[in-house]
Amino acid sequence: MIRYILKRIALLIPILLGVSILIFGVIRLAPGDPAEVMLGPTAEREDIELLREKLGLNRPIVVQYGIFLKNALQGDLGRSIKTNNPVTEELLQRFPATITLAFSSIVLALLVGFPLGMIAALKQNTVWDALSSFLALAGFSIPNFWAGLMLMLLFSIVVPILPSSGYGSWKHMVLPTVVLAIQTMAVIARMTRSSVLEIIRQDYVRTARAKGIANKLVLFRHIVRNALIPVVTIAGLYFGHSLGGVVITETIFSIPGIGRLLVDAIRSQDYPVVQGGILVFALCVGVVNLVVDVLYAFLDPRIKAQYR
Amino acid sequence: MIAVNERTVIRDKKRSQLGEVWRRLRRNKAALLGMSVIVLLFVVAVFAPLLAPYDPNRIDMKIRLQASSSAHPLGTDNFGRDILSRIIWGSRISLYVGFVAVGIGAVFGGILGAIGGFYGKRIDNVIMRLMDVLLAVPQIILAIAIVGVLGTSLTNLMVAVGISQVPRYARLVRASAMSLRGQEFVEAARAIGASDVRIILENILPNCMAPIIVQSTLGVAAAILSAASLSFLGLGIQPPTPEWGSMLSAGRQFLRSAPHLSIYPGLAIAIVVLALNVFGDGLRDSLDPKLRQ
Repeated sequence: MIRYILKRIALLIPILLGVSILIFGVIRLAPGDPAEVMLGPTAEREDIELLREKLGLNRPIVVQYGIFLKNALQGDLGRSIKTNNPVTEELLQRFPATITLAFSSIVLALLVGFPLGMIAALKQNTVWDALSSFLALAGFSIPNFWAGLMLMLLFSIVVPILPSSGYGSWKHMVLPTVVLAIQTMAVIARMTRSSVLEIIRQDYVRTARAKGIANKLVLFRHIVRNALIPVVTIAGLYFGHSLGGVVITETIFSIPGIGRLLVDAIRSQDYPVVQGGILVFALCVGVVNLVVDVLYAFLDPRIKAQYR
Repeated sequence: MIAVNERTVIRDKKRSQLGEVWRRLRRNKAALLGMSVIVLLFVVAVFAPLLAPYDPNRIDMKIRLQASSSAHPLGTDNFGRDILSRIIWGSRISLYVGFVAVGIGAVFGGILGAIGGFYGKRIDNVIMRLMDVLLAVPQIILAIAIVGVLGTSLTNLMVAVGISQVPRYARLVRASAMSLRGQEFVEAARAIGASDVRIILENILPNCMAPIIVQSTLGVAAAILSAASLSFLGLGIQPPTPEWGSMLSAGRQFLRSAPHLSIYPGLAIAIVVLALNVFGDGLRDSLDPKLRQ
């Protein structure tokens, strides 16, 4: 098992290296010189040259990347152009808000999505199936920024029971968590439905029923456990992507997280922060995928057996 | 005489295959409804100048932030512009961005996937690792970064959303290409001296069309959502162009006093995306009945 985890971690490294090269390259494509952006339009030619020299901008791009990588490996992602604080510090400061939001939303998505999909499958072709399938499809189609505004309108303005923005208490997290969970919930519900539909037609379920095992036991021991395997995989993969949603959620609800930091940094052309922020997102996606793979091995003994 | 007969037979077979797909699709009520909404949207987009009751950019501060009335069915915005007219004109931008972005994603992704799947080995490895890198960054964040660097404009928005969609087509086409490359008709093409480019374009890609079409329908929905998200963040279409995402973004400040500014544009996005998703699902089921449970 440990060998398997180590192997997966090893696979993560080239991906992160790739992302860092990609982002580094894309940002160097940006029009305008970082030194010029930093000093503003009124800067003197010599000052710009001096800063370029200091930042190493007049060295070959490969050398620049080498320096960036060396520093990044030591936890130094440069300094923010706007605040002059170390990027790592800015990111670490905002990390807790984002991770709290992301984690609570995946829990909510599983708690709602899985039962929704189960109901649809167990009551296939009934009103319940149609209703929960429609809910799932609608959840998948509603723009999350609109869902955010509508929930805000409903629960902060029409019936003012929850704060519309800010960060601090659990009440502040309710609406953002729901908004971020909607899409993942929809995907989980759809996946659960098709997975359960496949499993209830399997021979081992029929055998279990024929043996006279109580319906509840068949449901939990034979159906749920097996249905969870593909659901966890999809939920994990999709969760990595829905992490992108924090950019929107944090902007709408004014949550001081990495998503909002990234949007602000893009708007103010604060490239070191953009670079660092995207790397953190890629790292999160990678770690989530890793956790999913390990979970998968725990849920499915066939996979665990391969790596004994 | 015989040649003519053969051609007729082939044409008949083709028609019946398409007819079969249509027959299955017709039984799916939800998919038909989705398709009707999409057709309607196209009509609205094409005839926007005739259908919109007002000029979408006409400012009249005397009637700003008005609720629905018979003169302005969906009310007016913070500049006194008619919201219905802006939503009608906005359908043009959303459809345009959605289809062009998917075009970019499907063409580049399709070519990369076909090359990877056809040649295999090292070329495939390089392409697929590149796709892994693109997939490692959440789509919307990748698009934000690209727009942030290139600058905000309609073209850059489409490029950004298109690039972020490349990996899904590359993976899809690669899988099909890998299974196709060993088939007899590919070998036959090679035997008569067809070049690799010709085999990819004439034999491989046409045979991957069904999954590409399904993925594209769902892809347009995703692209419209991404583009609207970027505009909402102020990184896409800039005001005063009527676009649903930026209308929502502007309406946000008036959520308390004039919620209709935020309600209708979002509803428009949700309806269009839902219609595309329902239609895409139905299309997948009717193209491949095996998948249907």
